[in-house]
Amino acid sequence: MSDRRTRRIPASLIAGLIMLGLLVVIAVIAPILWGTAATAVTPDTRSAPSAAHWLGTDDLGRDVFARTLVATRLTLIMAAAATAGSVVLGVLIGGLVWVGPRWVRECVLRVIDSTVAFPSLILALVIAAILGAGTASAAVAIAVAGVPSFARITSNMTGAVANRDYVGTARLLGVPRFRLFSRHLLPNISGPLLVLIASSFALTLLDISSLSFVGLGVQSPEFDWGRLLNEGLPAVYSQPLQVVGPSVMLVFAGVAAMLTGDGLAVYLDPRGSRAARSTPARRAPRGPSTRPDALVEVRGLTVRAPGGKTLVDGISFEIAPGEILGLVGESGSGKSMTAMSLGRLQADGVAVDAEVLRLDDLDLLAGGHRSRLAKEIGLVYQDPGSTFNPALRMGAQLTEVARVHLGLSRRAARDTLRDGLGEMRIREPEKVMGQHPFQLSGGMLQRAGIASSLVTDPKLLIADEPTTALDVTVQADVLRQLRRVNRDHGTAVLFISHDIGVVEALCDRVLVMRTGEIVERLTSDQLRRREVEHPYTRALLAATPTLKTTPRPIEEHDRV
Amino acid sequence: MSGVDLSVIAEAPAPPVRRRGGGSGWGSFALRRLGGLVLSLGLLVVLTFLIVPLIPGDPAVAILGANASPDAVAALRERLHLDQPLPLQFLDYLRGLATFDLGQSFRYNTPVTTTIATKLPYTATTALGAILLVIVIAIPVGMTIGVLTRSGRRPWLAVGFGTVAGFFASVPAYVAGTLLVVVFAIWLKLLPAGGAATQSAYVLPIVALALGPTFAVARVVVQETYAVLHQDYMRTARGRRLDAARLYIRHALPNLMASTLTLTGLILASMLGGAIVIETVFSLPGLGLEVVQAIIFRDFPVIQGIVLTVGALAILINLLIDVILGLIDPRTLGGSTHV
Repeated sequence: MSDRRTRRIPASLIAGLIMLGLLVVIAVIAPILWGTAATAVTPDTRSAPSAAHWLGTDDLGRDVFARTLVATRLTLIMAAAATAGSVVLGVLIGGLVWVGPRWVRECVLRVIDSTVAFPSLILALVIAAILGAGTASAAVAIAVAGVPSFARITSNMTGAVANRDYVGTARLLGVPRFRLFSRHLLPNISGPLLVLIASSFALTLLDISSLSFVGLGVQSPEFDWGRLLNEGLPAVYSQPLQVVGPSVMLVFAGVAAMLTGDGLAVYLDPRGSRAARSTPARRAPRGPSTRPDALVEVRGLTVRAPGGKTLVDGISFEIAPGEILGLVGESGSGKSMTAMSLGRLQADGVAVDAEVLRLDDLDLLAGGHRSRLAKEIGLVYQDPGSTFNPALRMGAQLTEVARVHLGLSRRAARDTLRDGLGEMRIREPEKVMGQHPFQLSGGMLQRAGIASSLVTDPKLLIADEPTTALDVTVQADVLRQLRRVNRDHGTAVLFISHDIGVVEALCDRVLVMRTGEIVERLTSDQLRRREVEHPYTRALLAATPTLKTTPRPIEEHDRV
Repeated sequence: MSGVDLSVIAEAPAPPVRRRGGGSGWGSFALRRLGGLVLSLGLLVVLTFLIVPLIPGDPAVAILGANASPDAVAALRERLHLDQPLPLQFLDYLRGLATFDLGQSFRYNTPVTTTIATKLPYTATTALGAILLVIVIAIPVGMTIGVLTRSGRRPWLAVGFGTVAGFFASVPAYVAGTLLVVVFAIWLKLLPAGGAATQSAYVLPIVALALGPTFAVARVVVQETYAVLHQDYMRTARGRRLDAARLYIRHALPNLMASTLTLTGLILASMLGGAIVIETVFSLPGLGLEVVQAIIFRDFPVIQGIVLTVGALAILINLLIDVILGLIDPRTLGGSTHV
């Protein structure tokens, strides 16, 4: 709640409320100023717009402009009455279900949900049918029609509050149920509820006017905007402005509702869509390759966040052909940023710059080369649950690179993938290809992902925390598969992990990253013998239980 | 009825992700959906039945007017079975429904089913045509705007579209219809102002009905596009170095459609209400004009029949949306629905 109080009120909400306020002012003063002009029958019938009659006169010689403004009062009164009815009933139902027993709540909410699915006009027609056409029955009809959605929204908001501790405490203390609702639940939802009422007031206004418009609401000689629109329609050929007046007022009310509702949504939504600004890349001078023997060469790599914060600060490293390089560090150290920059998959707005960024003979900074990038860099991501498209079958996703960039037919791509899946020891590959990602386990998805990247026989496999989301036994299996790919295909691997134990078990060389810089470079032998110098590396070692890798004497643990 | 729907403000439940197991998919979907269907239909039947018993005072007097002769009142009471206890009346009503006998219209003395059969095509054409138009226009337009303005690109376009869409989304269909008649039928004389004589007579009603919801849905689509483009699986797709068409149409669109339909299902269903009201603007001889007349003349069998029909249409549209959702994203088959 506290963060909501400090949040700024959006401009659209203010604008919407001001427009609603303006309508109220018109409703108060218009009948006083123009009441006679609006109802006095004059011989000056169906006149064109003039200085005396801005929108002309109707078939009884009454001023259309005055009628439009004067109608504001009745329209607003009906809308206010109907809104009040919806709110009171809706809030009572939606709030009280939370203090009642659970089964009552379930039943009521099911019924409300079923009602909300019907257009509210259906309920309004039923009420109008029972009570007959007329001003009061239209207001009651729209009020009742608005109850389900108000009950639903109140119930949602109350539900969020009702589960908080202090409400539970009050319940334990034996506070009577209605008091629990009025003293503890209602005050906590009153803020959002008030704004909600403002936006639903204008919507109610439009709905009531629609009933008057079809002839079920206000009856002659009384008039609201809907009635005016209805009366203007037969004369629309000779006096088109007669329908324009009330139309403009109704659109005005609609816009007020929209602005208030939008503002409310922004106000209530903590996410807030803050746009990311892209920072212009400060270009580092391109340099010549100094390590032509390396497969991957990275020199002076700098990555900046959209806000300008430096995430990776001028790091350099190489990967030899067939080497497994580990990049280790805690979250936020810049290791994933490094990997994604190398894979040219940095997020929107993130600026990547380097003196050299090279994979074999491919300059990664040059841009373009889509097909070569796709074929030569294989990627395995962190969370298999979210990195596969939930709407597509596995076969279609995993064969995409082969079909798009190798030009394989669907059948040929599937055959190749089936071999890859077999190599990753996935049983029933045909069945897996026909399934959706949510039907497969995390370990299965990761192995399938590795299999699919093998189809193009990439030079480099970037594995960004591929085992973090998996449980321990599955982790070991995925690591084994990565090792097998490296051994059988000679694929170089850039392996990212926060788990120094895993890195130690898999990698030939290890880089330790911290706050965007490489603080230590180790061979796997150095790491295994604990010949580490940087205190951060020692801290990482101390923090990681390394039971699943090679056993070590206990005193070595104590030393670091 | 109006462009903006309150229920959208309340957070729509995201389809819960069910991992593995329960693989029967459509089977469990049908089973679970059947419950909701029965409840919705049951509510509809009870609601329409209650119209007559809930009329204040003696329904027969209310229908015939205060000056009716006692004989006429007694005859009508007999005809409506008003002397029977309520449960028996309800059973009678159910029996009628089961045999598609909705009674006789008081005004025309013809079966209500005949009235509905002649009027339904006009309403269904406008409503379904408009819903189709909304989906066909709002999703591509919203997605294009969303892609063009992602991550704060082209802020002028985002603000401009937001303003224009917000304005049109808040114009109710009957006002839009009236203004369209003024512009296209009277000033420009391009299209007929009303009636249903020619195919072109449907253009203005469908456009008027679709206008607000199109922009309302497009606004949702823009926001959903932003959300989808930030998903991990879109990065995976970028990692396959696909061209823009494949990236957005093959990978973003299905997910976009799923979330959009979940969020806007209620807007689409509420267009039925707009279709009823808009018939007055265009003198379209559909269920809307008929039900208004029936309410004014207190022709209760016709009212009941039409409310039942429109309600059943709403249920059908909701069901259709759920089926489409299930086809796009099978995860939703196990989840909760918006009905």
